Amino acid sequence: MAARLAIVLGLALLAAVPPLLPKYALEVLISILFFGYLGACWNVLGGYGGQFSFGHAAFFGIGAYTSTLLFLHLGLTPWLGMLVGGALAAGFGLFAGYLSFRYGLRGPYFSLVTLAFAEMLRVVAVNWKAVGSSLGLVVPSRGSAPLQFLFAGKLPYYYVILGMVLGALLICRAIERSRMGYALAAIRENEDAAEAAGVNALATKLSAMAVSSFLTALGGTFYAQYFAYIDPSLTFGPAISIGGLLPAIVGGAGTVAGPLLGSFVLTPISEITRAVLRGRAGADVMLYGLILILVISFLPNGLMGWLRSRRAGAV
Amino acid sequence: MTWLFSQAVVSGLLLGGVYGLVASGLSLIFGVLRIINFAHGAVMMLGMYTSYWLFVLLGLDPYLSILVTGPLFFGIGVLIQRIVIEPNRAAAEHNQLLLTLGLALFFENLALVLWQGDFRTVRVAYSGASFMVSDVLVEVPRLIAAGGAVLIALALWAFLRMTDAGKAIRALSEEAEGAMLVGIDVSRIRGVAFGIGSACVAVAGALVTPFFYVAPDVGESFNIMAFVVVVLGGMGNFLGALLGGFIVGLAESLGAAFLPGSLKQLVVFGLFVIVLLLRPEGLFGARRGR
Repeated sequence: MAARLAIVLGLALLAAVPPLLPKYALEVLISILFFGYLGACWNVLGGYGGQFSFGHAAFFGIGAYTSTLLFLHLGLTPWLGMLVGGALAAGFGLFAGYLSFRYGLRGPYFSLVTLAFAEMLRVVAVNWKAVGSSLGLVVPSRGSAPLQFLFAGKLPYYYVILGMVLGALLICRAIERSRMGYALAAIRENEDAAEAAGVNALATKLSAMAVSSFLTALGGTFYAQYFAYIDPSLTFGPAISIGGLLPAIVGGAGTVAGPLLGSFVLTPISEITRAVLRGRAGADVMLYGLILILVISFLPNGLMGWLRSRRAGAV
Repeated sequence: MTWLFSQAVVSGLLLGGVYGLVASGLSLIFGVLRIINFAHGAVMMLGMYTSYWLFVLLGLDPYLSILVTGPLFFGIGVLIQRIVIEPNRAAAEHNQLLLTLGLALFFENLALVLWQGDFRTVRVAYSGASFMVSDVLVEVPRLIAAGGAVLIALALWAFLRMTDAGKAIRALSEEAEGAMLVGIDVSRIRGVAFGIGSACVAVAGALVTPFFYVAPDVGESFNIMAFVVVVLGGMGNFLGALLGGFIVGLAESLGAAFLPGSLKQLVVFGLFVIVLLLRPEGLFGARRGR
């Protein structure tokens, strides 16, 4: 009951407060929700299923490029383009997933092959003139055009990403409570035992991959519309893959709220250190690396694991 | 065309020797600690800066600087393992991977803070030296780097074969529990392995400074190449890493000669994915359980 009240209260705050915030605070909040969203998408496969992808930037980039190219060349609204991007990303995810799972790649081998797929797409995008090569693509902004996923101020983008986060968390919650969720947890804990117990590991992992890659691609479209510019290293680079998996793991992999919680902790740290240490290039990321090491060392099960063990200790 | 081909083969083999040494260190660390070390390239970068500063401040030749970088980074590696990795042994595998990622971010940006992002180069008298073998150009510093890298890797291989510490390292990478049962101090050996791996990559960094720029992010591309090499050679397989280095060097250099732009990387990654899928135990490894 208390938890439900906290969720309702939190949602009310997230919906009501932003119009009152100064521009910088709103940008930080959008950033928090954005990485929380990527974390929730990564969590479907990485957190629940324990399949540690290091290449989710592949799906992100496919989403960003597909909707932007369809918009630039065919005038298709990114609202629809993002669905096309999602479908393409899911297709690529199924292809990459089928190859890796079919050949039994687990643990670090799966991480490496996903990293390689993302890097290959980055190299292709850098060398492909028709998609802007390394110069990237500019999304023409013509003031406010809500039907074209273009808004004048930051506030509408905030509500879009808020909606996306809530959608992703609801999907995670539904998966967690479904047969698929239990199958994923069984695979994460012991894949051979899960198969022996009748879980179709290949099909389960591929379903999670499809959901995860589809949702991640939608994040790519959001990024393209919000920043109005994409290039290969911004969208296909390792920073996006890490940007998704970090909040999920720091918050608590395989929990609904974990990724968002993780982003609420990590993103402000990185934004504040960047603002404070503006004069010294690199000092912010250096501190971020240090904090990451400390968090992993002292909260090995993420913030959610820590909260749970505290609650268990109190009872 | 044949000229282009033979030139690419020579350049690729010379580059491959350095990749081999970088990857040998990574492979050793993986074999013993079972973690993919994302900080490996950052340690190489620190090794490069060390020989750069020894050269600029003390006038020490980059090749002589390996006498400093080797022991120094062995110590740093042991400390990293002891302070950062070892206390988290019990945590999930992916946590240890993230620790190395945090270390990479820390070191890379430490270098950026201390020495800014400028590309620095070490200009020694022999930097531009080269000779021709029929119509193929061989650059002397690259030849020395490749030769030195292979010699050091072979010396390490002998160390692993012949000394007690080396045998303990191999025992630990074969079967951790068994090694513990026969009385090997596994936590000390893990430190030694991390130290040797770090020394390898720092020395590789020192060897390339006469012909390679030094910058905070210079290790990243070497890191990804080393992943490819290690998978090719078989994770934990030391000699495999050396051979894999030559294969990746050749693939990259032939790709650069015959493909436009930076598509050469596609050849390397393509090779990587194919080997991962078809022979995840590596080209030279015996087929073990996955």
